[in-house]
Amino acid sequence: MFLSSLTFYLFSSVAVLSALMVISAKNPVHSVLFLILSFVNASGLFVLLGAEFLAMILVVVYVGAVAVLFLFVVMMLDINFVKLREGFLQYLPFGALLGIVLVIELGILFLTDRSSNIYNNQTPLQPIVNEVENTKMIGQILYTEYFYLFQICGIILLVAMIGSITLTLRDKGGVKRQNIDSQNTVDASTAIEKKKVKIGEGI
Amino acid sequence: MNYDILITGLIIVAQIFAVVVPVLISVAFLVYAERKVLALIQLRRGPNIVGPFGILQSFADALKLITKENIIPSGSNKIVFILAPIITMVLSLAGWAVIPFAPGWVVSDINVGIMYLFAVSSLGVYGIIMAGWASNSQYPFLGALRSAAQMVSYEVSIGFVIITVLLCVGSLNLSKIVLAQQTVWFAIPLLPMFIIFFISALAETNRLPFDLPEDESTLVAGFFTEYSSASFVLFFLGEYASMILMSSMTVILFLGGWLPPFDVYPLNVVPGVIWFTVKVIFILFLFIWVRGTFPRYRYDQLMRLGWKVFLPFSLFWVVATSGFLVYFDMLPN
Repeated sequence: MFLSSLTFYLFSSVAVLSALMVISAKNPVHSVLFLILSFVNASGLFVLLGAEFLAMILVVVYVGAVAVLFLFVVMMLDINFVKLREGFLQYLPFGALLGIVLVIELGILFLTDRSSNIYNNQTPLQPIVNEVENTKMIGQILYTEYFYLFQICGIILLVAMIGSITLTLRDKGGVKRQNIDSQNTVDASTAIEKKKVKIGEGI
Repeated sequence: MNYDILITGLIIVAQIFAVVVPVLISVAFLVYAERKVLALIQLRRGPNIVGPFGILQSFADALKLITKENIIPSGSNKIVFILAPIITMVLSLAGWAVIPFAPGWVVSDINVGIMYLFAVSSLGVYGIIMAGWASNSQYPFLGALRSAAQMVSYEVSIGFVIITVLLCVGSLNLSKIVLAQQTVWFAIPLLPMFIIFFISALAETNRLPFDLPEDESTLVAGFFTEYSSASFVLFFLGEYASMILMSSMTVILFLGGWLPPFDVYPLNVVPGVIWFTVKVIFILFLFIWVRGTFPRYRYDQLMRLGWKVFLPFSLFWVVATSGFLVYFDMLPN
């Protein structure tokens, strides 16, 4: 008990501190690195909750893939952060509004009775069988109860993917591309062409 | 009660040492073995001065590197520059926590073992990106960019290969994956996936023919150009430790982990850890053999192989395997 609460406070405090550093670090690359630290600590919290599958998915998807590309972009772009900071006071009211809304929402969540849920206790949000490991639990509930929502998620991702491909696909003329199949099928009979050249004329 | 915590803590520390120390020693011998095998391929002698047959060469090299001056470039981002090799090293050792060497010989037998390994190996790219960026120099930066794109691309097909194996096992626990191969090793029914996994493992560990992040003929030494002394040693150790880790992953997923090839008398008396070691050494030999045989890929060829060949093919195999398992009612559980 003592150890688990100790690890909880370790993970959560590092997560909150690194989240704070994300918005306060001067260097954008440092911000992204702190964001990654925050992700990793969040996945540690998931492990403490007993949701080890979610924890690993968080690391694989967000830290292993999304944040890598994020870091990639931030490193490549030459962002002038001093200029970005100039509008701080201008954007302050908007940011404060967002923060207040979030705090109110969290407050409502804490004050309401959490034993009742949106389905009025008819279908609990988690499978009743407790012995099943949570990878199986997620599978059982995701592909039965939430099957259509799951399919819609897939379609949204597909649309986003097609959209980003169309945005970046430019067919510039004059680009030489390698056709590996045609290269591999080349042999002496197709690669060499014999021509009779008349003396004094050339081809 | 407090003593209980202390004792459990001490046992965990002892277990960690029992895994990490042999791994580090095997890294030293792997470097030696690589130099010897490459030398044999190229009709040279290889290291033969330090110790009998030059067997202590790696230890001499490590000693030499550590006693050198550690240079931190003045234009570099110092904290990230120092952190990068440490992260590489730690991540390449962290994966060993879930590897089952023999029945029950595992530090942490978690439910999602294979996901953990996949997560740790996908984090490995950070050490390289951070090193390349923090060096504040062109060649390391190019190496880091290449590595970021390369490792993300090949993770996709590794993920599909893992899904194919999991479909046949029905569990994410590594010990259960090994036990599911008691009738037949997955390398036989899933042979194309085994080959794809092996090639992707080469790309994931930045080994030849995919070592473009450290391509010495175009990028000096790639992402660790600016590193010297102890921080270079950490990169070196990390790279070879993750090579052994990926080989162990291949052995567990496809070559039956600690299981003997046939469950008959003289073979099944041999302890599981020996079978495991022999198989890992075999995969490592393949790594070195490939390095000695194939020329380096060009970057666009690498990307083409990852996205246009491996990804569609492994996706097709996931669908085909699941279709097969459902049709013949062979799904586990």
